[in-house]
Amino acid sequence: MEQFRIQKDNGLEFGLYTLGDHLANPNTGQRISAQQRLNEIIELAKLAEEAGIDFFSVGESHQEYFTTQAHSVVLSAIAQATEKIKISSSSTIISTLDPVRVYEDFATIDLISNGRAEIIAGRASRIGLFDLLGYSLNDYEALYEEKFDLLLKINENEVINWEGEFRPPLKNAKVLPRPLNGSLPIWRAVGGHSASAIKAGAAGVPMQIAMLAGPTQSFKESIDMYREAARNYGHDPAQLPVATAGFFHIAETTQQAQKEVYPHINEGMKLTNGAGFPKRGFAMGADRRNVLNVGSPQEVIEKLLYQHEQFDHQRYIAQMDFGGVPFDQLMRNIEWIGNEVLPAIRKHTKKEIDQ
Amino acid sequence: MKIVGLSGSNIGSKTRTTMKYVSEKLTSQYPHVDWNFIDLSDYTLEFSDGRNYMDYEGDTGYIAKTIMEADAIIIGTPIFQASIPATLKNVFDLLPINALSGKIVSFFVTAGTSKHFLIPETQLKPILSYMKAQTVSTYVFIEEKDFLNKEIINDDVLFRLDALVEDTVMLTDTYQRIRSEKESMYDF
Repeated sequence: MEQFRIQKDNGLEFGLYTLGDHLANPNTGQRISAQQRLNEIIELAKLAEEAGIDFFSVGESHQEYFTTQAHSVVLSAIAQATEKIKISSSSTIISTLDPVRVYEDFATIDLISNGRAEIIAGRASRIGLFDLLGYSLNDYEALYEEKFDLLLKINENEVINWEGEFRPPLKNAKVLPRPLNGSLPIWRAVGGHSASAIKAGAAGVPMQIAMLAGPTQSFKESIDMYREAARNYGHDPAQLPVATAGFFHIAETTQQAQKEVYPHINEGMKLTNGAGFPKRGFAMGADRRNVLNVGSPQEVIEKLLYQHEQFDHQRYIAQMDFGGVPFDQLMRNIEWIGNEVLPAIRKHTKKEIDQ
Repeated sequence: MKIVGLSGSNIGSKTRTTMKYVSEKLTSQYPHVDWNFIDLSDYTLEFSDGRNYMDYEGDTGYIAKTIMEADAIIIGTPIFQASIPATLKNVFDLLPINALSGKIVSFFVTAGTSKHFLIPETQLKPILSYMKAQTVSTYVFIEEKDFLNKEIINDDVLFRLDALVEDTVMLTDTYQRIRSEKESMYDF
């Protein structure tokens, strides 16, 4: 775990992530400028740090309605604006990037931030970037596997010899600068699919799994399969951190939280994913056994603790800015997190690990 | 109310002939319906490659988006080699898993032999169920002998098609009411 900068004794880490979506607030129809959105993301990271949140990450989407395509540049600004919060991508689409350049960028961010940078590498759920950056969709899986593998090799070796299909060979190549403490935590981003979880486990890399809604039990299956695959391939699951990621919103009451955030999530998903969030599914999200962390502070805390009990995971990251949620609501959520959520989950999850 | 007529084959005339009848029936009797007839033989479709449906371009993108926006779909399909045509299956493959959730789907089938009568039960309905459609359970099965010179000559078939159209519109109306009643119970 230490290799991935996870201190078990600290209990469940709590983070925030943004996909960098750039959508109108459905209640007003107004969309802030791209410049304002970027500044607010950086501001959000600062506020997260002040509230004691452990982690902040920014995703890369080369589609309409997004604004953090150059996510490593945004992370670099966040590195400069903050002092202790961990910073990461969520995700870096390694398939369509050069792993050498990605490593150079993130090692640089690691140095600027005094050893706080991580990479979460994914495969993209939309495919606009394949055309934009000159890759063939036919190579969707092969590109990811080869480039992710190369990224891991660069992390392990300062001097690298490598040959593959999608990039010119590297001969005694030195990939510089090196991160502050020699290596970066590199995670594999996994969608709901257990096949990806198994690949992450077999490779012995930390896994971050996305879970929008549905029974906690179903996601536990993927996490169990990840750990089993790790064991079968000779890795110790106790050394491999697991993170979960999903929608998050808190208000005074669960009804109020649903009311506030539903239009943002529903309209946002329609535009970015092509289908809204069905109301019934969202309503079911209020059940404690459902992974959707939308509710009163007490409800959400209990859900997070239930999820931790089921998953025994090391980090949860919350997406709360999707779909044009106004900044004052984000600030209120950060306050709830700092005052209510963090003390509660730290108290309970630290204790659990000490036993 | 948006209803899409989807003619599922790119060859032959029986399905097209029937869809023309359905089209006339629907537009004359239900003027409030926004009717859009897609005959796959008029379009050039790519095969599904698993991408999000919004990422398809040209005809493929148009058809995927039109179906996703519909409240109801009336499918007309021939039977090829004891199953639905590949062209129609490809349309399903372009769409997300729950693409037909909340949509009413009805269909008629044109076939060269009565031996194909149960093919839609075993080949088409499972797809519609998997994609979460509200399927109109009764379908109209039409044979070679019901056509002459690109016209339906069997009045029984015409009556059954009239009922299919009526059921589709009525169920779409009803389903929308049920859903809005249910959704108004949620306080968000």
